[in-house]
Amino acid sequence: VSGRRLLTPANLLGVVLLALPAFGTPFFVTFVLTSAMIMGLTAATIVFLASSGGMISLAQLLFAGIAGFMFGNAALESGARGLNLGWPVWVAVAFALTVTTAVAFLLGALASRTTGIYFLMITLVYGVIGYFFFAQVVLVSGPGGVTSILAPDPFAEPVRLYYAAVVLSALGYLGFSAIGRTNFGLALQGIRDDPVRMGSLGFNVALHRTLAFTLAGFVAGVAGLLNVWWNGQIDPASISIGPTLILLIIAVIGGISHYEGAWLGAFVYVGASTYLREIPFVDRIGITPDRFNTIIGLIVLLIMVLSPEGLVGIIEKGRGWRGRSIRDRSIEPPTTATRPAARPTER
Amino acid sequence: MTTGVVEEPETGVEPSLGARSQWVRRLPGLGVRVVLALVAVWVVFLARGTPAGPAVSDPGRFVVTLLDGVTFAGLLFVVASGFTLIFGLMRTVNMAHGSLFLLAGFIGIRLQQALVGKTRNIEPGDVTILDWVIPLLVGAAIAAVIGLVLQQVFLRWNQGQELRQALITLAISVVLADQMLRQFGGLAVSMAWPGAVTHFFEIFGQRYASSRLFMLAVAVVVGILLWLWLNRTRMGMVIRAGVDDEQMVRALGINISLVFAVTFFVGAFLAGMGGVMGASFAGAATGSDGAWLLNSLVVVIIGGLGSIKGAVAGSLLYGLVIAFSPVYLPSRYTYFSIIFTFVLLALVLAARPYGLFGRPE
Repeated sequence: VSGRRLLTPANLLGVVLLALPAFGTPFFVTFVLTSAMIMGLTAATIVFLASSGGMISLAQLLFAGIAGFMFGNAALESGARGLNLGWPVWVAVAFALTVTTAVAFLLGALASRTTGIYFLMITLVYGVIGYFFFAQVVLVSGPGGVTSILAPDPFAEPVRLYYAAVVLSALGYLGFSAIGRTNFGLALQGIRDDPVRMGSLGFNVALHRTLAFTLAGFVAGVAGLLNVWWNGQIDPASISIGPTLILLIIAVIGGISHYEGAWLGAFVYVGASTYLREIPFVDRIGITPDRFNTIIGLIVLLIMVLSPEGLVGIIEKGRGWRGRSIRDRSIEPPTTATRPAARPTER
Repeated sequence: MTTGVVEEPETGVEPSLGARSQWVRRLPGLGVRVVLALVAVWVVFLARGTPAGPAVSDPGRFVVTLLDGVTFAGLLFVVASGFTLIFGLMRTVNMAHGSLFLLAGFIGIRLQQALVGKTRNIEPGDVTILDWVIPLLVGAAIAAVIGLVLQQVFLRWNQGQELRQALITLAISVVLADQMLRQFGGLAVSMAWPGAVTHFFEIFGQRYASSRLFMLAVAVVVGILLWLWLNRTRMGMVIRAGVDDEQMVRALGINISLVFAVTFFVGAFLAGMGGVMGASFAGAATGSDGAWLLNSLVVVIIGGLGSIKGAVAGSLLYGLVIAFSPVYLPSRYTYFSIIFTFVLLALVLAARPYGLFGRPE
């Protein structure tokens, strides 16, 4: 392997992320980055469903939440709320992921015959009903949620949890990209583009959608476990409609059709919510931390108005525009000088 | 009459399929019927140990629950009909519908306080009919104007990009929710019904508030006006034509942009009306916007997006489920009642993925 092959931006990013705990501040690594990685992994499941299946799901945070609640109920021996089953920690992990995957399969099967805006609405309803379920059913949670949940031994230290989040994020990124090249992924993309044609070619459209939804639910469940270990607790408010929309917004900020956009969006979101309040004089111009949601809303509005492809789309657009203008100049310099006005309208 | 026309192609297709797949196709419908029958038997004869008891031994409680469901369905219909009207014509899912609902509720409350001259402890006795109707109309009108501005600025130029529009209105709902929190605070506030409609009367030995029946009456009036507008006016005719074939309406030289604007105005107006009624019924608080977005979504998913008939059916079914599930569940399990909203949704989706009166896009 030549040196140039090794020096790709992705490899560089990987090395930086793995070496970061050595020189970054603990706060930045174990709070900002870990949180961004976990959110990014959850948002990546939205991107997976949207880009390869054409399904925009608002139920992904619910699956993360189900995994968290199930783990809390199964693993704790004694606590104020929940079932307190006291199972061994890895049994609890397996139980949480099994329940999450099964629920994702059931909900996916119910929604699989619809697409587009209908799918978005149905999954939003799933998310909100799920929130009300955990808020009302005191047997498993109740409004206060499940507290004092400990991470299993290998991840007990914050830095190790950070590494787990990085590794799982990388696996998620590579896995989702790889699925796009398998027969299943290609069939899914075909169904996204023309479900009727794929149906008449003999593909089971509803089954493919259901399985994609189940897979996304499983990965969101993994992210949910990381999240509950990182937080030490989980309450229904953390999966209510507000955070649900924030997660979609994270996927949208980054760009709904690029996997790297999920983590970029999460990093921008967590960074903004952490550091915005530390900029001096920011209160004077009305941007107080209390009005943070207004800022986020306005940013999303701006992105959606300018480019539905999100930040990655804007970057690519910018790159394409710069590349083209340089090429234009090098090929035909006299034209730009003589007819400057004609050029922008052509684009 | 019309159903015969719609079902004809289906009957033409079915004979070519095997008997087994025909049977599989009927399965969801059959399942729905079995579930409905079981629920009816439970409510009428078996429901011992529930807060209400079986209907044969406590008919009063059954009638009150039924009234609760139907009156709440009235409020659901007012809100959801606005949502479905906008979607039916423009294919725009207005995620800010709940925000317009809540905003009008807050405005109605403030205005009623100003009209009555008290900021707290307003009793229905202090409130004349005008003290309720003026806030209703003003709140709804402000919601309608905001809705119109929203449509003209953010939705007019990207017509047809459904997901982009949904995300744009989602972002607007986040901003509106945050600004309402700043403006009106996080505490729950409520409005009073006019004294003239607030009485209690006896029904099967149970006391019942007439203000709930008043709410239903307002909803029925709204429904009738909506029906007259859509079926007896030129504008309504154009809207119905636009729902079926927007391109054709455009080609006939009708100014559909104007029709879009009016429809959005009316849809937002209905959200605002619902908001003021909801503030009188259950109060307004941070979070009501999300809850009512959910309510609108459930009603239109059950009834079918874009269909007013569907909004009536969806409101009734959802309203009845909300009223019946907590009182006819065994007392120990009352908190599981939220599951029945999901069961209703699952039953409808299994039998008809696009809702009772909906059609695939």
